[in-house]
Amino acid sequence: MSPELTASCPECAAEITLKDVMQGEIVVCPDCGVDLEVTSIEPLTLDLAPMEEEDWGE
Amino acid sequence: MKIGILMSRVRVEEKMLLSTLDQLGVHYDRIDDGAAQLDLNDPAPWTQYDAILERSVSFARGLYTTQILNAWGVPTVNMAHVAATCGDKLVTSAALSRAGIAQPRLKVAFTPESALEAIEEFGYPVVLKPIVGSWGRLLSKINDRDAAEAILEHKDTLGSYQHSVFYIQEYIEKPGRDIRAMVVGDQTVCAIYRSSSHWITNTARGGQGEMCPVTPELNEICVAAAKAVGGGVLAVDILEDPNRGFLVNEVNHTMEFHTLAPTTGVNVAGLIVDFTLKVAKGEIRTSIPSATQPETVKPRQNAPLPVYAGYNPLRLR
Repeated sequence: MSPELTASCPECAAEITLKDVMQGEIVVCPDCGVDLEVTSIEPLTLDLAPMEEEDWGE
Repeated sequence: MKIGILMSRVRVEEKMLLSTLDQLGVHYDRIDDGAAQLDLNDPAPWTQYDAILERSVSFARGLYTTQILNAWGVPTVNMAHVAATCGDKLVTSAALSRAGIAQPRLKVAFTPESALEAIEEFGYPVVLKPIVGSWGRLLSKINDRDAAEAILEHKDTLGSYQHSVFYIQEYIEKPGRDIRAMVVGDQTVCAIYRSSSHWITNTARGGQGEMCPVTPELNEICVAAAKAVGGGVLAVDILEDPNRGFLVNEVNHTMEFHTLAPTTGVNVAGLIVDFTLKVAKGEIRTSIPSATQPETVKPRQNAPLPVYAGYNPLRLR
């Protein structure tokens, strides 16, 4: 059973609880709605996700 | 055998791919394109991989990494020359034209004045697209001259130099949908319709997927398009013209499949991993168009697109 990890949203300081996430995943803050990137799992670290660039996609 | 996966952010697609690799017990490394460094004098950290699966969300990062890797002899899925062709709509259209594959009419111009002339000759509505871009971004359906003048001025003034390469495409009266087909090697493995009341049908813009049967006719044009851009694991976008039938709109080289896979029930991640493993083992041979083999230009032949045609820079004295 994977543990629940907790971190603060860097934008609004809301406490975010995540389970079964991978490093590099994008999650949305349930409070302020900003896109966050899981930059580390241990400890759980959330940074503002990079903004979409013109050359992103398929 | 060891595989590398070049990645940016972990999307649903990357999760599926990593999960497939784990299930198969493949020895692999995740390579973060944001942290990666390539030292042209030190290929060893990279040449340890028998193949690298390129899953970067950035066209530039994926393209330039695979350019260097291929130069070192590391095969990639997909190969750099395929990325260079697919990632640029103008280069894709040129490759399709060379192979004689049906596509919407296209005009290219480099100034707002010449572009306006080209647009007026097409008539309205007409479509303008950035040559590099995805997810339905910055597409224009221009309905009259006033809009054409405004958009051309905005692109010329506000855009990077690439936005002054005006890619002017005829507007196709498609039946409220387009087709997204996945081609692996020489086979179209699955396809979906992407429907929308909006003229832009990317699922990133809200297009809804439903199963599309892969008929022999659809398979033929999709495989031909895939071969024209260099082959590999590709997503071909097809428009249905009421008079001319299937037209190739574009080809994508780092395909997403979070709609395609569940809609068709096809194990897309499994197919991509299988292809990559075959490349790693040498069961699927990859080749780079060679600069040392001059080739006579043969217009409208079904030949692979050469890097150089009739000009060998290594022969310069």
